[in-house]
Amino acid sequence: MRILVAVKRVPFTGGKMVLAADSRSLETRHLGFTISPHEECGVEEAVRLIEASGGESVVLTLGPPEAIEQLRDAMALGVDRAIHLQTDGAEWDPEGTAAALLDAIRADEETYGPFDLIFFGNESADSGGYQVGLRVARALGRPAVTGLKGVKVEGASVRCEQEADGGRDVYVVPMPAVLTVKEGLNLPRYPSVPGRMRAGRKPVATSSPLRPESRLQLVDLVVPGGPGRQTKLLGSGPAAAPAVVDMLRDIGLV
Amino acid sequence: MSNLPAHARTVVIGCGIVGNSVAYHLCRLGWRDVVLLDKGPLPNPGGSTGHASNFIYLVDHSKEMTALTVESVNQYKEMGVFTQSGGIEVARTKERMQELARRMSSAAAWGIEPVSLITPAQVKELVPFIDESIILGGFYTPGVGVVDSLRAGTIMRERAQASGALQVVAKTEVVAIDVEHGRVRCVRTTAGEIEAETVVITCGVWSPRVARMAGARIPLTPAVHQMIDVGPVPRFADAKGDIEVPIVRDMDTNMYERQAGGDLEIGSYAHRPILYDPEDIPPIEKAALSPTEFPFTQPDFELQMQHALELMPEIVGDEKVGVKYAINGILSLTPDGMPVLGESPDVRGLWSAAAVWVKEGPGTGKALAEWMIHGESEIDLHSSDIARFHEHQRTRAHVRARAAEGFNKTYGIVHPSEQWASNRNVRLAPFHERERELGAMFFEAAGWERPMWYESNAPLLEEFGDRVTRRAAEWESRWWSPIINAEHLAMRERAGIFDLSAFTIFDIQGPGALGAVQQVTLRQMDVPAGRNVYTPVLSHNGGFKSDLTVMRLGDEHFRVVTGGASGMSDKKWFADHLPADGSAQLFDLTAAMTTVGLWGPRARDILMAATSDDVSNDGFNFGACRTIDIDTVRVLASRISYVGDLGWELYVSIDQGMKLWDMLWEAGRPFGLAACGIGVYGTTGRLEKCYRAHGNELETEYNVVEAGMQAPRVKAEEFVGKEAHLRHREEEPAAVLCTLTVDDHRSKSGEKRYMLGREPILSRDGAAITDRRGRRSYVTSAGAGPSVGKHILMSYLPPEQAVLGTKLAVQYLGERYPVTVAVVGSTPLFDPENTRIRS
Repeated sequence: MRILVAVKRVPFTGGKMVLAADSRSLETRHLGFTISPHEECGVEEAVRLIEASGGESVVLTLGPPEAIEQLRDAMALGVDRAIHLQTDGAEWDPEGTAAALLDAIRADEETYGPFDLIFFGNESADSGGYQVGLRVARALGRPAVTGLKGVKVEGASVRCEQEADGGRDVYVVPMPAVLTVKEGLNLPRYPSVPGRMRAGRKPVATSSPLRPESRLQLVDLVVPGGPGRQTKLLGSGPAAAPAVVDMLRDIGLV
Repeated sequence: MSNLPAHARTVVIGCGIVGNSVAYHLCRLGWRDVVLLDKGPLPNPGGSTGHASNFIYLVDHSKEMTALTVESVNQYKEMGVFTQSGGIEVARTKERMQELARRMSSAAAWGIEPVSLITPAQVKELVPFIDESIILGGFYTPGVGVVDSLRAGTIMRERAQASGALQVVAKTEVVAIDVEHGRVRCVRTTAGEIEAETVVITCGVWSPRVARMAGARIPLTPAVHQMIDVGPVPRFADAKGDIEVPIVRDMDTNMYERQAGGDLEIGSYAHRPILYDPEDIPPIEKAALSPTEFPFTQPDFELQMQHALELMPEIVGDEKVGVKYAINGILSLTPDGMPVLGESPDVRGLWSAAAVWVKEGPGTGKALAEWMIHGESEIDLHSSDIARFHEHQRTRAHVRARAAEGFNKTYGIVHPSEQWASNRNVRLAPFHERERELGAMFFEAAGWERPMWYESNAPLLEEFGDRVTRRAAEWESRWWSPIINAEHLAMRERAGIFDLSAFTIFDIQGPGALGAVQQVTLRQMDVPAGRNVYTPVLSHNGGFKSDLTVMRLGDEHFRVVTGGASGMSDKKWFADHLPADGSAQLFDLTAAMTTVGLWGPRARDILMAATSDDVSNDGFNFGACRTIDIDTVRVLASRISYVGDLGWELYVSIDQGMKLWDMLWEAGRPFGLAACGIGVYGTTGRLEKCYRAHGNELETEYNVVEAGMQAPRVKAEEFVGKEAHLRHREEEPAAVLCTLTVDDHRSKSGEKRYMLGREPILSRDGAAITDRRGRRSYVTSAGAGPSVGKHILMSYLPPEQAVLGTKLAVQYLGERYPVTVAVVGSTPLFDPENTRIRS
C-alpha cells in the first residue's frame, strides 16, 4: 500500500493561550508545538496499515522550518519519508494550503504511483477550518469520508465509521480515497528511542511553494470568555470516595 | 479573601522543598508567626521540586555539600519518604576510573560508608540491563536513594501548621517588598500586606526576580537540564515500588538513568547550556505542564539517545518501549555551583535559600533556620554564603558565563586547582603588565588575576637542582609547576616579591572603632597605633568564621586585611557588628589599594636600598606597621609574613602600584630578588611554617584550642564567641591539629605520588580515624615544603593519634602511603624558633 498523511504544526494545548500584541497571532514564547491531535491518530493509523500490509508511508506538511520537528515525530513512529513545504511561518488559508498540498501530492504520485489512502485530520487544533482534506479530495476526484473514528481496509475498499447520534454511520468506499479522522480513532504509540534515531536519518524532501494571493484576510483573534477551567472540590480524604465513584460513573468510566 | 495576617515574624516566599523546610525548621526551633507564601497551588506550586528526579547521591568532593546532603537524607528518612536503592557511578574511561578512586577518598574523608569500587561484572549483577562491556567499573554507594520531595514538603509544612506557629497561604503572589533604612519591612501580595521582621526568599528560579523587588541581588540563573521517561519497561512490569534497582550515573556522558515505577527516567547534563532569565519563566496558567517544565528540544538529546542506548540496550533499544515524557526541566545554576544562602548583603532582614537541589533541601532549611535564630548554623556554610560574591560576580554576564561553563561539568572530572576559562581578566593588579612580561601563569582568585608561578623562573630549576621536587604523575602535575618549589627556595635563600592585590582591605574608623573591632576579634585590639595583629574571628559557637590581620593606624582608625576568598563575607560580618549609634564606619579600600609582599633573608637589604626610612630591626620590629617613603611613593609597610620569613607587606594606593613594583624590582636586582607566585605564598611557604588557612584548617566546625591557636590569656573585653571559647579552653579537645610528612611517595607501580588535599588520614592498616565528635581525620592542606625537603600534610587527629612520631597513612587515588606526625599543634617545621621572621 501507499499511504500519505498530512500534518500541521500547532501549539501544544495545555496552558492558557495568550494573544500577541497585534491580536492577530498567538504569543508563542512559552508554547511547545506538536502535530495536531486528530492528525496524530492519522499518523498512527498509517503506520499500522503499512505494518500490516507492507508498502510505504509518507508524511506531508505545509509549515515553517521548525515543522521539521513534527515530520521527525511522525517518522519516529514509523512513517518512511517526509515532504516539507516550507513557509515563513505565516498562516495560509485553507484554499492556499489545499492547493500547495495538492501540487505536492500530484508530483509524488506521478513519480511513485497513487496513494491508496490519504489521511487528514478532521480539523486542525488551531485554525479549525474543516476544509483542507475535502478540498484536496475534490480536486483529486476521490471519495472523501470525514470525522472518522474507525478505519478498516477490506480488499480494494476501506470501511469507514463516523460517530453519529446513538451509533455509527458506516461507509465503504473504494480506494484510492481521502479520509479525515478524529482523536479516538486509535491510541497513538509513543516513539521508541531507536525509532527516534532512525527518524533522524530518514529522507525529507524540502521545497518552498509560493504563497498564493489569499481571498480571506484574518481581521482579529479573540479569546472567548466563559467559565474557562473550573475545579469542583469533591471532598477530601477517604470521605470523598463515594463522590469520586459517582463522578466516574457519570463520565462513563465505570 | 484575606486570611493573610497583618504581621509576621518572618515571611517565607516559595513553597518548594526549600521553603517548606525553612518554615518547618524555624517553627521547630521556636519561632512563631511564620507565614509561608506561594503564588502557585499546593502541594505542587510548579517549581523545580515538582519535576525533580528526586534521587540523592551521598558522596561529593565538597565537604559542605556532603554534610548538607547527609543531614537531608536523615530528615527524609525520619519522615518516611526515603527509598534506598543504591547508586552506581560508572566509568567508561581510564580517567574516570581514577576519578572514582577520588570518590572513594572523599567518601572516606567525609565518613560515608559503605562504598566500594566494583567491576563491570558486579555492576551487571546489580543492574542486569546494563551492557557491562562498555564500562570499566563503577563506584557503588548502597546508601543512595530516592525521595518523595513533594510529600516531604507537605509533611514538614503540616507539622509546622499543626503547632500553630505556621500559616500557609497558597495562590498568593508577592508583588513588592518594602525596604526602609536598608531593612526589610513589609511584603505586599495580591491578597494584602504583611509587615515582616524578616523575609526569606526560597523561590528557586524566580529568586532573583523576587529579590529585586527588595533591591537585592541573588546571583543565579534558570537553566535547562533535559529528562525523558521511557516505558513501559517489560522488566519493570511487576515493580511493586518506585525503584528496585540502583540508580546509574553514566559519568562520562553526563547522564543518569533511574527506574521510576514501570518506566526508566533518563536525564542529561550533556547538552549545550540553555540559560533563561527569571522573566522567561511563565506563570502557571500559561504553562502547558508546569512553569519549570519547558518544551523538549529533541535536537539537544540526539547524542544522549545514542549514549543511553549504548549503556542500556535491553531497555532503550526495545521498539516497544516508548518515550512517554520529555521535558527541558528548569533548575537554578550559580556561577560557582554552590547554593546561595544567608542574609543578603544588600538588605538587612532579607534572607536567601536559593539554588538548592532536592538532595540538600531539608538540610539547608535546618541550617538556614539555625543561622537566622542562633546566628550560626551547625554546618559551616562559608562556601554557600550569599555574602561571598564580589560585585562583578553578581552581574548577569558573569553568572551566565560561569553557569554555562560549569553546567557541562556537572558530572565532570574537575581538578581541585582547575581554573575557569570564561570571564577572566576582570581585576588586574597595577603591575599586571610586569607579571605578563615575566611569563606569569595566572590563576584567578576573587576575580583577580594572580601569578601562581612565573615561567621566566625556569632557570631556577637548574640552579636548585635536586632540591626541587618534580612530579611525574599527570594528575598532580596538572595546574602545577616545579617552578613553584624553585621560587620558594629562591625566596628562602634571597628574597621574593609577591602580588597580593587580591586582598580585601577595609578600614574601620570613628570614635567607636576600637569597640567595633574588639567585638569580632579573638585577640586584643587595644594595641598602640603602628602595630598589626593577626587574629582569628570566631563564630558564636567559638569556631572559626575567619582569620585576618588588623592594623591600628590611629586611635580611631583600624585597617583590616583579609583574603579575597572570604573578603566579602568578612566585610559583612564586620559591618553587621558595627555599633548601632554609627560611631564607627566601614570603608572598603580593596579597589583603592594594592599589596606587594617582600620576604626573604635579603628583604631588608632590598628595602633599605629603596627607602631612606629606618627599616632596621630596631627601627622597625616584627609586628609594626608604619608609613615609609619609597622614593616618591608613600607606602604603608607592615612586618608580617604568611610565608614565615623576614619581610613586609607593603600597601600602596593603586595608582602608584606599578611604580612601587618597578622600584622594588630595581632595588632587588643586585640581591637576586625573584618574582614569586601564589604557589609559594599560599602553599609552600605557609605549610612549612604550619600556618593555618581559612577554609582548610579553619572552619566553624573546629575551635581555637583544637587548632592550636589559643593564646595564654583571653582579653577581658566581650567578643563574639567568647563564652564558647572560654568553655573550649576548659575542655579536653576532641581533636588536635597536626602536621604530618609523607614517608614514602612510591605507589605500587613505583611512581612517586603527591597528595593534593582532602584525602582521608587512616591508620597504617587502613582503618578510619574518627574523633569523639564523630569527625573523620582528613588532609586539610597538602603541599611541598621545599626548605624541609618534605611533602607536608595537615590534619586534625584525635588526642590518641596526635602524638609526635605516630605512624599513620593517607589514601590517595586508591593507594595508601605512610605518613608520620611531625608536629602536634602549631610549632613550625621550618625555623621553629621563628628567628627569620623576627630578624
